[in-house]
Amino acid sequence: MKKVEKREPKNPKEDLLRMDRIPHIWCAGCGIGTVVTSFTEAIKKNKEDLDKLTVVSGIGCTGRVAGYVKLDSFHSTHGRAIPFATGLKLANPDMKVVVFSGDGDLTGIGGNHFIHAARRNMDLLVICVNNFNYAMTGGQVAATTPLTANASTAPYGNYEYPFSLPYLAEAAGATYVARWTALHLRRVTKSIQEALSRKGFSFIEVITPCVTLYARRNRLGDGLNLLKYYYDKSEIIHGADTRTVDIDYQGKLIVGKFVEKDKPDYLTAMNRHFTNVLGDDYQLYGRINHEKD
Amino acid sequence: MKKVKTDPKGVLTGTHYLDGDYAIAEGGLAAGCRFFGGYPITPSTETAEHFSERIPKIGGIFIQMEDELASMASLIGAVWGGQKAMTVTSGPGFSLMMENIGLACMMEIPLVVANVQRGGPSTGLPTLTGQQDMMQAKWGSHGDYEIIALCPDSPQECFDLTIDAFNLSETYRVPVFVMTDECVGHMHEKVIIPPAEEIEVVERKWYKGPVEDYLPYKNDKDGIPFMVKAGDGYRFHTTGLTHDERGYPAINAECQKVNVTHIIEKIRGNADKIIRIEENDTDDAEVVVISYGITSRVAVRAVQQAKKAGIKIGTLRLITAWPFPEKRIKHLAKKVKAFVVPEINYGQMVREVERSAGNNCKVVSVPHCGGWVHDPQDILDAIKEAVK
Repeated sequence: MKKVEKREPKNPKEDLLRMDRIPHIWCAGCGIGTVVTSFTEAIKKNKEDLDKLTVVSGIGCTGRVAGYVKLDSFHSTHGRAIPFATGLKLANPDMKVVVFSGDGDLTGIGGNHFIHAARRNMDLLVICVNNFNYAMTGGQVAATTPLTANASTAPYGNYEYPFSLPYLAEAAGATYVARWTALHLRRVTKSIQEALSRKGFSFIEVITPCVTLYARRNRLGDGLNLLKYYYDKSEIIHGADTRTVDIDYQGKLIVGKFVEKDKPDYLTAMNRHFTNVLGDDYQLYGRINHEKD
Repeated sequence: MKKVKTDPKGVLTGTHYLDGDYAIAEGGLAAGCRFFGGYPITPSTETAEHFSERIPKIGGIFIQMEDELASMASLIGAVWGGQKAMTVTSGPGFSLMMENIGLACMMEIPLVVANVQRGGPSTGLPTLTGQQDMMQAKWGSHGDYEIIALCPDSPQECFDLTIDAFNLSETYRVPVFVMTDECVGHMHEKVIIPPAEEIEVVERKWYKGPVEDYLPYKNDKDGIPFMVKAGDGYRFHTTGLTHDERGYPAINAECQKVNVTHIIEKIRGNADKIIRIEENDTDDAEVVVISYGITSRVAVRAVQQAKKAGIKIGTLRLITAWPFPEKRIKHLAKKVKAFVVPEINYGQMVREVERSAGNNCKVVSVPHCGGWVHDPQDILDAIKEAVK
């Protein structure tokens, strides 16, 4: 009888993950893992040079992404992933730098850095996993918590107006802005592929269930239900005016690619400007920018 | 530690008339610093201005970040990107930088921060001098760690010590602070910048071995781990969390003990090599004036007058404030009647002097709240009182 060799089940993304750190810390039903899957899928489809791609995270649940991807990966301080990434990108311009973090990290404590990196059109891809609360610390109210939703520090419901992140990003100067839910796996993947293939500040928001805290506190069912709920509540409007994409508590979610425009990124603008002003005295900076110009 | 000749592009060889702030920028450029993430703050801004003017013609980055939280974070990113990086600030900005100074200590990042001190607390005296951040330099970020702090007393030393700061930071993989003050920062004096071939810089401790063997936090024989930069194919991880040799988070007391002991002992264990002091006439002195930065120059007049009055007096100038030269102070304490410690704060480094001296001699603090330097007469009075 022919002996059938039993194959160990293998994660198809193993070569992109730090398997020696698995199992991860995320809750069952959390959407962060699916966003990581989209990210790894996008890297594969794009045939990205893995040595030249780096992930910087801040602090929080999504802040742990840097620890699981098998790339040069940096787990920085709370809110400071973007300036950390800015320094890294400018010091080593042939790197593609991805900031992978949560809504609280990027737009609460890190809000100032977010708008300034967008203003500069810094060549970064910022992936924001938005779960509407500070999950790592136990479900506190965030700058993204919808009006009336409960949080551990808003036990009678939230009465602060939340940010609409695509609107914030576009207003600040982002040149690529998209929003999806975590169940839009292929669309998230495609957006990441597009963003990795362009230069400038790209922002992708992914609406994701926080099953343990946000969902439970608001009695929204389990992770899978909520994932499905967000998906069902979404309406794709590419090019939607970002002023119209506010998120109401359990209301309709406008998703899609909202913004994509050409504008020189920071280093391109810097090199152009100094070349114009200083002529031959200027020492052109960064190989890739030089070639592309 | 591998020493190499510096990149001549950043070296403005010649005899110049510069203020301390400019000299810090020139020191950084001469040391090979090609990344400056700054934020304006009086009385340090001239360093950033000068760097921003010079760097486009040398090849490198000056970026004015949105705040000091960001400038410090950008430095750490830039170092992982492979550059030498620096910034400059003063008290309020130094406070904001403390968050990521902790990260730099935890990740073991070589970088240089110059603090042109002004009077505090809070906004305090933006345009007037102080030496009030000396303890903050040592203890400002949370948790236990060690750093190195140097105290230039002239524009020439601003230049020289900024190069030394880079070399120490690369040798020990640690943030190094150039703790100057408004007086030295804005004082114009002759600064001699030597030819590039006379400037030796410590090369980063690059790992060159096989990818599969690389462990970001495995100590080498000298106790300092090797470094790589992003993009070199090592696909490594690093974190501000307590971590193991792989750089992976390890949230337990055992790993914490290894981590914290390492980042402290790599400095304490090498303190004798790092510490620099300047002593004059301490051999048979009854009183030794211990000072640093601008105050050491103000003290000169008081010391001269004390000599005229027949007092056997010596001086000890702290070139490194941290690590503190406790062994030398302890040794001297057994020989002298008293130490006199003038400083432009309410008494900070004097605590270290007291701790080191124990009960062996008197320690007299000559505090000054900031805004101006001491009246030499106040130091002289303290000397006369001490010698009684």
